[in-house]
Amino acid sequence: MSVQNAQTIVPDYSFLKKVEFESKIKASACFQCRKCTNGCPVTFAMDFYPDQILRFIHLGLEDLVLNCATIWVCASCETCTTRCPNEIDIAGLMDYLKENAEKRGIGIKDNKTYLFHRIFLDDVKKRGRVHELRLMNEYMLKTGEGMKKLQDDSWKKDLKLGLGMLTKGRLPLLPRGIKNKKEIRKILESTD
Amino acid sequence: MIDVSYYPGCSLEGTAKDYRESIETVCERVGIKLHELEDWNCCGATAAHSLSHRAAINLSARNLQLAEKAGMDLVIPCALCFNRMKAAEKALLGPYRREYAYSFEGNIKIWDLLDFFCQDRVKAEIARRFKRPLKGLRPVCYYGCMANRPPTITDSRNWENPTDMDELLSFLGAEVIDWPYKTDCCGASHVVARPDIVFNLVYKLFDMAERVGANCIVVSCQMCQANLDMYQEEISNKFNRDFYFPILYFTELVGMAIGEKQVKRWLNKHFVSARPLIEAAGLSL
Repeated sequence: MSVQNAQTIVPDYSFLKKVEFESKIKASACFQCRKCTNGCPVTFAMDFYPDQILRFIHLGLEDLVLNCATIWVCASCETCTTRCPNEIDIAGLMDYLKENAEKRGIGIKDNKTYLFHRIFLDDVKKRGRVHELRLMNEYMLKTGEGMKKLQDDSWKKDLKLGLGMLTKGRLPLLPRGIKNKKEIRKILESTD
Repeated sequence: MIDVSYYPGCSLEGTAKDYRESIETVCERVGIKLHELEDWNCCGATAAHSLSHRAAINLSARNLQLAEKAGMDLVIPCALCFNRMKAAEKALLGPYRREYAYSFEGNIKIWDLLDFFCQDRVKAEIARRFKRPLKGLRPVCYYGCMANRPPTITDSRNWENPTDMDELLSFLGAEVIDWPYKTDCCGASHVVARPDIVFNLVYKLFDMAERVGANCIVVSCQMCQANLDMYQEEISNKFNRDFYFPILYFTELVGMAIGEKQVKRWLNKHFVSARPLIEAAGLSL
């Protein structure tokens, strides 16, 4: 929590207006009761709490919220959205911020959570369905995780799980696609 | 015979094949005829709703349009697919429906599989075929997030403390144990990029399950199953504990109660063996 230390923040409400217009989520209804943060199961891994993200949106700190780890740590468990007394879809706001972070290319480099999502969608785009084995292979290659695992020996654990899956018949090697792949490509084109 | 459309989802074609086999067999035994939705596509899961709201709704909306055309209610076992389909339903019936590429009139109902099984008419079918009570099993019911939250999307009636699975398993003769973590998050797909988060969350679940005296954890979601089953040994090692919780699908328990022979085969596909538990409970398969 080091951002505001010796810094004067002049509120800029244009970001709040933009967020509400584009996401259709009423972020301004937040009165900072912190119920979202109190129920959030993953605050231990966040750099800012959910109620702080709301506050930052109010103040117009766009770069800060697009750059933070919190939006990518959110597990979309929907506890905050469910419990907010002002019916703010907080998990939906986290999604909106992730979508904008990608659009503006902010905070996504070397971001493994982001890369996983992107690789997942690219896999859906190919056949209309996800093939878990290909998805994991792509992820290991593109994030460099595979190489890291080779170096630190943790690949042995993964291999054990993978072979377990294979012998239990839970890892089909060939993907299945749908007939109308074109339609899926069209849906996902807008996200490239 | 109850006829319904059925959306298995991508992981039931792969890593959750055990869930799929148990669902399809048990449904057949209790008189539910599943009609797999023709040419269904991936719902987009967490990836789609994280990176594009519109594409996420459109992916699920395509399935809804197909299901409405098929004309029967739609049953979905994966909690996340269910949640995404419900989100698309609300979007396509809401004030911004024209922003999406598909239409849905709301003429069919979208069911979470567990919810579907907890209807009186299905329970009556199970009761007719009931072979033996599941005595000796002391499960905690783990519902997870997506089948219930947020209730504005899922239409859940009891989202903080669901009891449907508790009642179903008690009905099967299991000694169900109440616990406070029924709908706490397991971290789901974070297991790929942030296993550290998942291990922390799942450790808390195991710790509580042990404290309340459960001897197994029953789930209705294959993501929960995978996170609790596949990594149980690693989590035990990491936190210096010795957890032993078979992670069972509720459909497998229905199978056991009606004397289905294939149950053994499904259980063999899990990582944590259920055999010691089944033997200790005196339930031969």
